[in-house]
Amino acid sequence: MEAFESIRGAAAPLYLANIDTDTLIPSPLITNASREGYGPKLLAGWRYAADGKAEVADFILNRPAWRDSCILIAGENFGCGSSREMAVWAVRQFGFRCVIAPSFAPIFRQNCLRNGVLPITLAAELVEQLAQNAEASPRDWIVDLRDCSVTDPSGQRHMFEIDGGERDELLLGMDPISVTMKRAAEIREFARADRERRPWIWTAGDAP
Amino acid sequence: MPEKSTPAKRPRTVIQKIWDDHVVTPLTADEDLLFIDRVLMHERTGPQLLEGLRDAGRRPAYKGLVYGVVDHIVDTSPDRSAIDIRGRAAEFIPRLRELTAEAGIPLFDVDDPRQGIAHVISPELGIALPGCTLVCADSHTCTVGGIGALAWGIGSTEGEHAVATQTLVKRRPRLMQVRLTGRLQPGVTAKDMALALIGRYGTDGAAGCAVEFCGEAVTALGIEARMTLCNMAAEFGAFSAVVAPDETTIEWVRGRPFAPQGELFESAVAHWRTFFSDADAHWDVAVRMDVSEVTPQVTWGISPNQAVGIGARVPDPATWDDSRREFGGRALRYMGLQPGQPIAGVPIEAAFIGSCTNSRLSDLRMAAKVLQGRKVAPGVLAIVVPGSMQVRAAAEAEGLDRIFIEAGFEWRASGCSLCVYNGSDSFRGARRVISTTNRNFENRQGPGVQTHLASPATVAASAVQGCISDPRPLLG
Repeated sequence: MEAFESIRGAAAPLYLANIDTDTLIPSPLITNASREGYGPKLLAGWRYAADGKAEVADFILNRPAWRDSCILIAGENFGCGSSREMAVWAVRQFGFRCVIAPSFAPIFRQNCLRNGVLPITLAAELVEQLAQNAEASPRDWIVDLRDCSVTDPSGQRHMFEIDGGERDELLLGMDPISVTMKRAAEIREFARADRERRPWIWTAGDAP
Repeated sequence: MPEKSTPAKRPRTVIQKIWDDHVVTPLTADEDLLFIDRVLMHERTGPQLLEGLRDAGRRPAYKGLVYGVVDHIVDTSPDRSAIDIRGRAAEFIPRLRELTAEAGIPLFDVDDPRQGIAHVISPELGIALPGCTLVCADSHTCTVGGIGALAWGIGSTEGEHAVATQTLVKRRPRLMQVRLTGRLQPGVTAKDMALALIGRYGTDGAAGCAVEFCGEAVTALGIEARMTLCNMAAEFGAFSAVVAPDETTIEWVRGRPFAPQGELFESAVAHWRTFFSDADAHWDVAVRMDVSEVTPQVTWGISPNQAVGIGARVPDPATWDDSRREFGGRALRYMGLQPGQPIAGVPIEAAFIGSCTNSRLSDLRMAAKVLQGRKVAPGVLAIVVPGSMQVRAAAEAEGLDRIFIEAGFEWRASGCSLCVYNGSDSFRGARRVISTTNRNFENRQGPGVQTHLASPATVAASAVQGCISDPRPLLG
């Protein structure tokens, strides 16, 4: 997985509540089973006119200062709805490495962590203020996971909290499956004992 | 005589008991490596999972514990073909076939009489069991909590972890008890209870929590209704939701084809009976709601918490506080409604009965009771999609299909269908839809489609009247 230490770049304000995963990546645009090609489809319903091609000029991600943003500042309950991981792939493939919001839907947040996207939760009043700052000064935002800080272009620092395990995983870009595989013997031992303790879990495969 | 001392047992919730039963090893103070008893996957998110696994040179750790099903974009026409897969599904169903076959994972395919929506078939077949852990790359996996399983939705990458290792690394969730007291009025259902609850506490009312639904109003529910309740926990912000298994659960699970049989079933039951919350267990959050006064609920907005009783009026967001006003206004604009307008009587153009929320036999029976001897109003497109091919067969065996068809409903094959628009199947131009599904987000059921969520009875009554209607007068 892609590691995250610190990033510097533009922050895009999209301070709306309940931006759901179908808005992030509309279902009809998921046309094949690939993990790639979602960046241009991010927020397609808002970014493009009804023909799906012409850009809506005043939409934030189409405006020159925010076209290459790497930080997204959003409203509460971000990423609610369907569990589709394509929503995070779209966020990441557009170029975002970090989303700041007052709250995240749990599956979306977990999917962020699995794809090297840092989800930062801050108080709603602060997020709203950051969104206003990003509207006025898009450039030169810094997010540093080493000291858990967001620095806006005026130099003001805001600290955030994140679980230590999640932080380590992102900092090192660890592949969680490889980490768990190191415990393969423990898992095998659990399964062996479990076949005796809960045999009914293991017999489903014998059904007609 | 001195009393024999036994080590004090820490009182635990049902959620902790199921959790503890699956800890392979603790990882940190608040994180465990959990054994996952069942992994399900569907054609929309499963292929990426299996492809990721294969590309990394990995194999399923215990393929007997993993199942695939086609539900999300499978054709629900009654005469669908398993061979000639058309439209969007052509990119996904053949892929899932290839990849499950290659990995040795059983697939409930288009022409399998057991095919259906993942969260409907896993309990129906006895794949999901009380006290088991179950994951699926789908947000409504928590539905299965209705039989006392600890089940939650994941992404495709987490799914890879689950299939490759049969475990997941999980932080212990906050624990929330939702006690529902009182007795539901006739014609009021688990769906109405859930919408009223979410309406009161919000879509983040259970944010990050594992929820136990308990209380007399919950134990009075049948298993299918408990699944409806747990299903809607996804719209409550919950990580997962459980109803502790009881005698109703045990009798419901007995005899299901993938469930243990005979003596093995009895030993499983003895184990399942230990899954209840101790009286003095600690909850991080506890709420209670009396359901006696709950009336049939209908959403008026674009988030599941924007629900009102059938006798109420559309609220006025202008009177709300700053944080909610803007979203409320956006909801009214999208829905084309006026503040103060009664919700009953709003004309509808389509009615949909189906989805993992409300597509089981008891749902169809209740809708059929409303529709018996009646017709859908002229100009209303009405569709019913059973949750599984077995539900469809059972409904046909008792003649429900005739009631639906004679009333003017389309009687379809099973799948997720119009719960979410994927670019092919549509409401054919109908704009305002009343639906037994779980999400009323903007454009969820089609571009510009205005969704009103409600129970199967309310949807059936509204289809008959041509406008949002109280089902109770039609239930006699």
